[in-house]
Amino acid sequence: MSFIRGYLLPRAIQYVLVTFLGLTAAFVLPRLMPINPIQQRIAQYQSFGVYIPPEQRDVMIRTLKELYGLEGTLFEQYIAFWKRLLRGDFGPSLAQFPTPVMELVSRHLPWTLGLLALTTLLGWVFGTIVGGVAGYYARSRWAKILDGIAMLVRPIPYYILSLLLLLLLAYVFPIFPLGGGAAVGVQLALNLQTIWSILRHAALPALTLIIAGGVTHFQAMKLIVQGVRAEDYVTYAKAAGIDERRVVFRYVIRNAMLPTVTQLGLSFGFVFSGALITEMVFAYPGIGWVLYNAVMNGDYNLIMAIACISVVAITTSVFILDLLYPLVDPRVRYR
Amino acid sequence: MEILRDLFRDYRFTTAFVIFCVLLFLVVLSFFSPYDPQRMYQTQRGRPPSLRHLLGTTWLGQDVFWQLTFAIRNSLLIALVASLVSRLIATLVGMIAGYKGGVVDRILMSLGDTTLVLPSLIVFVLFSVILRDWVKNFVNLGLLLAFFAWAWDARVIRSQVLSLRERDFTFVAQLSGTRTFGLVTKEYFPFLLPIIFTTFINNMHWAIGMEIFLAYLGLGIDPTVPTIGTMLQAAIYRQAFFLGLWWWLVTPIALALLVFIALYWLSLSLSEYLDPRARIQRIGLQE
Repeated sequence: MSFIRGYLLPRAIQYVLVTFLGLTAAFVLPRLMPINPIQQRIAQYQSFGVYIPPEQRDVMIRTLKELYGLEGTLFEQYIAFWKRLLRGDFGPSLAQFPTPVMELVSRHLPWTLGLLALTTLLGWVFGTIVGGVAGYYARSRWAKILDGIAMLVRPIPYYILSLLLLLLLAYVFPIFPLGGGAAVGVQLALNLQTIWSILRHAALPALTLIIAGGVTHFQAMKLIVQGVRAEDYVTYAKAAGIDERRVVFRYVIRNAMLPTVTQLGLSFGFVFSGALITEMVFAYPGIGWVLYNAVMNGDYNLIMAIACISVVAITTSVFILDLLYPLVDPRVRYR
Repeated sequence: MEILRDLFRDYRFTTAFVIFCVLLFLVVLSFFSPYDPQRMYQTQRGRPPSLRHLLGTTWLGQDVFWQLTFAIRNSLLIALVASLVSRLIATLVGMIAGYKGGVVDRILMSLGDTTLVLPSLIVFVLFSVILRDWVKNFVNLGLLLAFFAWAWDARVIRSQVLSLRERDFTFVAQLSGTRTFGLVTKEYFPFLLPIIFTTFINNMHWAIGMEIFLAYLGLGIDPTVPTIGTMLQAAIYRQAFFLGLWWWLVTPIALALLVFIALYWLSLSLSEYLDPRARIQRIGLQE
């Protein structure tokens, strides 16, 4: 009972409040943008050489407003926004009218999710294992070399890292393709050629995210293992003559992994942002790339949908982590 | 002096220090630039590095070296504005929330939590599109960055103040009639200075990175003002690599790498120096 009232309830209230504030911000912010989608659309028609007489122009503006869900006062729009949000409907995309926003998002989301899930996991596994072993043998030369490399790579932000990899492995040594999700003209079907093409195009963005994530986990794990290594039970295990490899993997790394599990969850938000940036650099057809184009085109509905989805995704994952924290780490007492 | 000697024993601090000296020298040089580095067709186009043009010239006939000196100055200025303002907010909020406690604490902290939880990248892109004209000035860009950079550090400062409030000297000061303002500024502030200082450097790191990211999208600062970000953006936008003008693209990237590594190493060596436990862990107890 005290758990629910003392720990669960305040966090649940905060979760709902922050999500509400975030979603409201997602509604208000795009409406303050200087880019007017209706003017832009009309300008686009005119650039095709279509002559629009002034009286028809007003009719057209009204029709477009109705189509885009921009009619009525701001408050009415806000109510309509919540109604549609609860149904999971974000209206049509303004730049690629009349494709529904949800269709665009669901078309590109698998690319981001696939890239993100794979790289987060791989980066975590590599970073933790290598960091664990390097922390145990911290005195050896290769551990110091790895530490030096990590010190150099850690401060580099995602976009500079992706640019560096792009320059090195796509321009200077053309091993990987320059960008995109698959080769031009490849039909997305289940055959070896398609899968090979997708993998080759995903290699560089994935490499960026794995390096950036892996280095973070490497450094954290190394520090923790260095602490665990000095504990009495490790000395005892060594004195008892247990095989050293067994000591490293069974006793030291396993015990040190606990905090890194929570770290994996916490880093998800950062990794999400990083994935968006990486997609922009590599023109990888995920959510980040869609967001970039949406901002450039002043596509209200699309920006809003992406902002809403990321707000809900991040607040929910933080909330779930908060709930799991006392389970994982008994030292965090709920109060 | 003793402190400096200890710090210089750390190769990371020494390296960062040397890099910063070089950068400062370049900043000073920017005041002696023979011409406005942004003016187009000032020099010959697309010249490789030579004695006349140390880092070559761009496709638009600008000297890359002089552009570089201006870029360092402007990028560091943006970062300084952002970090100074955000340190100010973080210290004030952290002190007030920590000392007052209760409702004030809860309101301030949940305000901070909201800015923490929002996907900052998307928010930044949105804000800089909305405030496109306002953000073009680098002071304003620094202010925008500062607004999203205080929450976490305010939390750290608050927890520090919370623990300081329970110490004996607080009660002594209160009983001897020290005013709250005097107590917090005179007695607590020295304890908070190390945190403020190391987070200041981390914040500069983050602000320079954000400036580059926004410029990369064509947002943020006025694209005609030379910064690391706008130099990079111009080189990418004009396809410097396809034109064979590698020096145009490599210069801002190398500069960014130097600045980031120097700031990171500086903050790492300083925080290790200030927190001896981390230092022991790094060196290792049993030799």
